[in-house]
Amino acid sequence: MSSWMQRLAETEWSIALHESQYAYAIIESVHVWALCLSVGFAVLLDLRLLGFVLREVPVTHMIRRVLPWTKVGFAVMVVSGVLLLYAIPFRTYHSVFFRAKAILLVLAGLNAFAFHARTLRTVEAWDTLVAPPRAARLAGVASLLLWTAIVFSGRMIAYNWFDCGKRQPAVISAFAGCTPDMIDPYSQ
Amino acid sequence: MMLLPLFERLEASALGEAVRGSLWLFPVVEAFHLVGLAVIGGAILVVDFRLLGLTLRSHPVARLARDMQPWIVGSLVLMILSGIPLFLSEAIKCYYSFAFWVKMTALVGAVLFTFTFRRIVVGAPDGRFSPAWHRAVALMSIGLWSAVGWGGRWIGFSG
Repeated sequence: MSSWMQRLAETEWSIALHESQYAYAIIESVHVWALCLSVGFAVLLDLRLLGFVLREVPVTHMIRRVLPWTKVGFAVMVVSGVLLLYAIPFRTYHSVFFRAKAILLVLAGLNAFAFHARTLRTVEAWDTLVAPPRAARLAGVASLLLWTAIVFSGRMIAYNWFDCGKRQPAVISAFAGCTPDMIDPYSQ
Repeated sequence: MMLLPLFERLEASALGEAVRGSLWLFPVVEAFHLVGLAVIGGAILVVDFRLLGLTLRSHPVARLARDMQPWIVGSLVLMILSGIPLFLSEAIKCYYSFAFWVKMTALVGAVLFTFTFRRIVVGAPDGRFSPAWHRAVALMSIGLWSAVGWGGRWIGFSG
């Protein structure tokens, strides 16, 4: 995978995107804009599950009318995110923050899947309640924490504190998939 | 322009120095700024989308808007509180940044629009304002707040 990312980084289009004056910045702006739609609307659903907002809106209405927009926003996030990865593949692949973000995204997906597959099955009994049952509230809290952590780790990918080749604990290098031959260009 | 000496003083402020001198402070404060963006973006967009007829059409606009208002105010406070140290750490760069002035102009416009005109329209009972008014207000709101967000992101790309 690492060598594949290395080869990807050497392709013409990846270099062009990386060095472009506007394309990279525009893609990143789209990524930030879509954050409001995907995470912003997901937060609304989480807060509804906790009974903090939109208490008069049944949970099923949130799922049917608000959640689809979260998915639209998420699709834009994935497309723009893949392009950002494509522009800087090798370094990003070995970024501890990128790897943490990927793991957190999987956890957020599992949390959403468990909520839909299990908790939501009984929704008819608590659809209009201000405070849904504990399992639903826990799913909301987990989602809020996970998405906050995802935004944090995503923002930190821009920083090279733990890039391969830096002097750092072995556990960090292992997590980043660093090999001894990798040299940090900024510490030379 | 007489603003430059002021911006120089602001950059030299203790808070500005502290953020500039720290490896972690700027990114961490900026991450909070981004989380705040997601919340304020969601709280504003959900009402604008409702005005456009894109979501929760069976619920009165005024109800949704009243529910979202404290979240807009709260996240705006978070945005300003996190934005100030970010600005102070690079005030002179901001002074010369076109994106910064676009953002600040759009921010003043967006806040004024949201807390006066938009507030009147979304607070009115359904039927008081025509769907055309609703659409115009929603598009104006999305446009202004998007300009704030894009301007903010582009401060980081300049210089």
